[in-house]
Amino acid sequence: MAITREEVLHVARLARLALSSDEADRMREQLGDILAYIRQLDRLDTSGVVPTSHAVETGTPYRDDSVHPFGEKEEILKNAPDREDDFFRVPRIIED
Amino acid sequence: MGFEAVIGLEVHAQLATESKIFCACSTGFGAPPNENTCPVCTGMPGVLPVLNRKAVEFAIRTAVATSCRVQSRSVFARKNYFYPDLPKAYQISQYELPLAVSGHIDIERNGTTRRIGITRIHLEEDAGKLVHAGAFAGAQTSLADLNRCSVPLMEIVSEPDIRTPEEGGAYLRRLRDILVYLEVCDGNMEEGSFRCDANVSVRPRGQKEFGTKAELKNMNSFRNVEKALEHEIRRQIELIEDGGAVVQETRLWDADAGVTVPMRGKEEAHDYRYFPDPDLLPLHIDEAWVEELRKTIPELPGEKIARLASRYGIPRYDAELLSSSRLLADFFEASAAAFGGNPKVTANECIQWKEAIVAGRLSPETIAHVVEDRETGTISATASKTLVEAAIGTGKPVRQIRDEKGLTQISDAGALEAIADKVIAGNPKEVESYRAGKTGLLSFFVGQIMKETRGKANPRMVQEVLKAKLG
Amino acid sequence: MAAIPVHEWTLLDAARAVREREVSSRELTRALLERIDRMNPRINAYITILPEQAMREAAARDEELAAGGARGPLHGVPVALKDIFCTKGIRTTCGSRILHDFDPPYDATVTGKIREAGAVLLGKQNMDEFAMGSSTETSWFGPARNPWATDRIPGGSSGGTAAAVAAGTCFAGVGTDTGGSIRQPASLCGVVGVKPTYGRVSRYGMIAFASSLDQGGPIARTVPDAAAVLGVIAGHDRRDSTSVDVPVPDYLAATGRSVKGMRVGLPREYFAGGLDASVRTAVEKALGALVSLGAEGVEISLPHTEYALSTYYIIGPAEASSNLARYDGVRYGYRTEGAKGLIEMMSRTRGEGFGAEVKRRIMIGTYALSAGYYEAYYGKAQKVRTLLRRDFQEAFAGVDVILTPTAPTPAFRIGEKVDDPLTMYLSDIYTIPCNLAGIPGISVPCGMSPDGLPIGAQLLGRHFDEEAILAAAAAIEREIPLPRVAPEEG
Ligand SMILES: [Mg+2]
Ligand SMILES: [Zn+2]
Repeated sequence: MAITREEVLHVARLARLALSSDEADRMREQLGDILAYIRQLDRLDTSGVVPTSHAVETGTPYRDDSVHPFGEKEEILKNAPDREDDFFRVPRIIED
Repeated sequence: MGFEAVIGLEVHAQLATESKIFCACSTGFGAPPNENTCPVCTGMPGVLPVLNRKAVEFAIRTAVATSCRVQSRSVFARKNYFYPDLPKAYQISQYELPLAVSGHIDIERNGTTRRIGITRIHLEEDAGKLVHAGAFAGAQTSLADLNRCSVPLMEIVSEPDIRTPEEGGAYLRRLRDILVYLEVCDGNMEEGSFRCDANVSVRPRGQKEFGTKAELKNMNSFRNVEKALEHEIRRQIELIEDGGAVVQETRLWDADAGVTVPMRGKEEAHDYRYFPDPDLLPLHIDEAWVEELRKTIPELPGEKIARLASRYGIPRYDAELLSSSRLLADFFEASAAAFGGNPKVTANECIQWKEAIVAGRLSPETIAHVVEDRETGTISATASKTLVEAAIGTGKPVRQIRDEKGLTQISDAGALEAIADKVIAGNPKEVESYRAGKTGLLSFFVGQIMKETRGKANPRMVQEVLKAKLG
Repeated sequence: MAAIPVHEWTLLDAARAVREREVSSRELTRALLERIDRMNPRINAYITILPEQAMREAAARDEELAAGGARGPLHGVPVALKDIFCTKGIRTTCGSRILHDFDPPYDATVTGKIREAGAVLLGKQNMDEFAMGSSTETSWFGPARNPWATDRIPGGSSGGTAAAVAAGTCFAGVGTDTGGSIRQPASLCGVVGVKPTYGRVSRYGMIAFASSLDQGGPIARTVPDAAAVLGVIAGHDRRDSTSVDVPVPDYLAATGRSVKGMRVGLPREYFAGGLDASVRTAVEKALGALVSLGAEGVEISLPHTEYALSTYYIIGPAEASSNLARYDGVRYGYRTEGAKGLIEMMSRTRGEGFGAEVKRRIMIGTYALSAGYYEAYYGKAQKVRTLLRRDFQEAFAGVDVILTPTAPTPAFRIGEKVDDPLTMYLSDIYTIPCNLAGIPGISVPCGMSPDGLPIGAQLLGRHFDEEAILAAAAAIEREIPLPRVAPEEG
């Protein structure tokens, strides 16, 4: 299952992963091997098989619509790599 | 060549729950930045969502009210994309299996009914807000406020059944009214609790296939939606007539310039990599729950308009205005019940005082009393307006104000005849001229009587009395 | 008891001794902190050690006891957590640079339950980055080492926890298991590890790798010790929608249950090629032990086993690619310096913050979910998952437990497989199907390789029937006595 360098870079962009040129090369090779292995599933006829998302499927539980404030905003904000007052600060979006 | 437009509308309605859809934070509007947040809605490592039952109830009620089929099993999915206002880097939404499908809303246009199909209704969470820091252009940073993250939204997608901007507007207004009637959404478009995107394409009349569509965003009022649709339809037709082709793209409505413009920035071909959210099991809704909620559905705008018009014999247009608010319509019916006079007058009063009525500053008795007093001739139309204003201002019973201010008018035929006799006797020359054919002088006599009564005479009766006496 | 050094006591002995005030929690905690000081430089089992805090907690537990009250079954007993469980006020890294300084604003449910039970928290244990690995070599904080042979891996991803327990630096730990991450390191370190039924232990606050597969569970030196810890951490949690509301039985009692008449399934697919001879011999011995106690061995087939690894390497990475998207440098964790614009900031943060294995899995998962590939990969894998689950359902119609090797080989050398992902992935072939089916599994020591490396046997049970596998594992443990604390010179 060959995967092209272009595809690797496209997937890396989707995943927001900056890869060095070496990394991209290695990734192309390793991903190719892994995908080739994985495609053994193609041998299996799964027509009519219902997909499983959860090993144990019940209905999803609910919570009641009542407000319980977390009350420790600073505990959340203190982890911010950059902040301005009580906002998280990020570099602006550059359109290219 | 004639073209027709094909329009589908996607509405995002914020559900009127107290708490968010997957955590217990408040949905309150206008809190300080990041005040309404917790580890769950800020996407801290390790957190998990738990579904708000009320949000599901609201969606089921909407589905029932729009004749959708509620699916016994629906699935939450993750819509993956990166943005600083989306803490988990995915939005929990519903994709392949939405909560409800295949409904419709009927709209009436110029006496005919159009049925607009509803493809699906699903639940999802809202994202936060990015504020661009610095008042100057070219700010180097943006600021993220996550208060809105995970506020519950209901997405309602119409079929591409809409053909004109007016139909689009009518559909949207009716949908908004339904949600407000159901009390599942406050319907406020300006504050963003009722948002609309549109898919628009045009095709030569008679052609079956759809043309290439553009997606319109950023329309924050009903009027703007209609204007944006109008502009976009015209743009696409002109483009095709000039030999060009419509490109599939997202366009923003620029309300100031009155045009749609392509969304700036290279939109990386969207690949949201939807898949079922493993943190939430499928949503199972049994028939019994739907039936239980069906009982809570009030009379909806369409039914109400028809009933008010036929039961009270008022014009359909008035019935529509009254039904624009469930509270107003109820108020009208209560006023009409309190005084069974001419419902048309009651309807006019209710429409005139809509704002105060909806704000809860008038009682149905107030309107019933002024309508009754006018019909009996106890007060004048002018006085009626003064009285209602005073009732709004003071909260006092309207008849008490009437008596305190002495705003009753003289409608006693005997008393008016006596005054008329006196005026006729005092103006023989004018009487002569009148009888000689100068009937325009009637207003002179009316004026004299008004002067005598300091404006309190019932003008309609004065005219009748005078006409009789002057022959 | 005085003859046995404190760090070799069982957790149950330690708990009893504290409760009966034969020893103080402070004494136990001090002894284990000293043991950590001695052992950790060799095995790197801890990312964060909490000496002051642990001693303060121990003192508080002693006072509570003096005042007449034990909090719960682990009162005063020093334990540790894999660094994947959020601990409020204590940095939680998940073995990653991207969370190297993350201070959680809340406690995981497991953390809370451990505290409520009265345990003293010694520290946070080393792991493969984001639990992705089978050797604990991918940790940003350096590889953990096997205390039985420090040139060897302890297994992974809960390798720090297994190594720490085997080295006698804590009485038990809680790890997580997505494709074998509790059982495989337990096997390679000669200790006991339980992966409970999916939904049995709350995932709230347990940093997600693959949400539909992840499950927390105990690692301890004996089956009864593991059962006691499982009893503490199991149970329904309203904060985890996938947590199942079924009563928690008395696991400790189950470890004393007879295995007479128990039907033990032996899946032929698990005893085929690639299985190390010493492992086969040891697992056969484990079967022999059960049979000698009146159990019956039954050959069974789990026909789709060969597809489990592929299925796992689609579903796991797909879920992970989404779960790990939140590490974007916006709200917490590592952020790159000097990026021009938002997209570059996010991409470089992630490129620098994640290690090679994590990036590899994010790439596989993103690819498998991306437009045009979803059906061929993710959709297909979900269907095969149904077949795998069905295999077990059918097997459990005829047997009570299934016995297999836990890992195909004893611990391999550090560096041996780290650059060969596919070979590394193969070390989980026996543990992965259990996660895909959501059933419970346990690894119990059953022998030693010729070069003195531990070997474990795996027992699998029906959904929510941890009792059967605990009973069988305890029986094997009683029949095959083995050293549980690694020799110090290892
Ligand atoms: Mg949406
Ligand atoms: Zn929240």
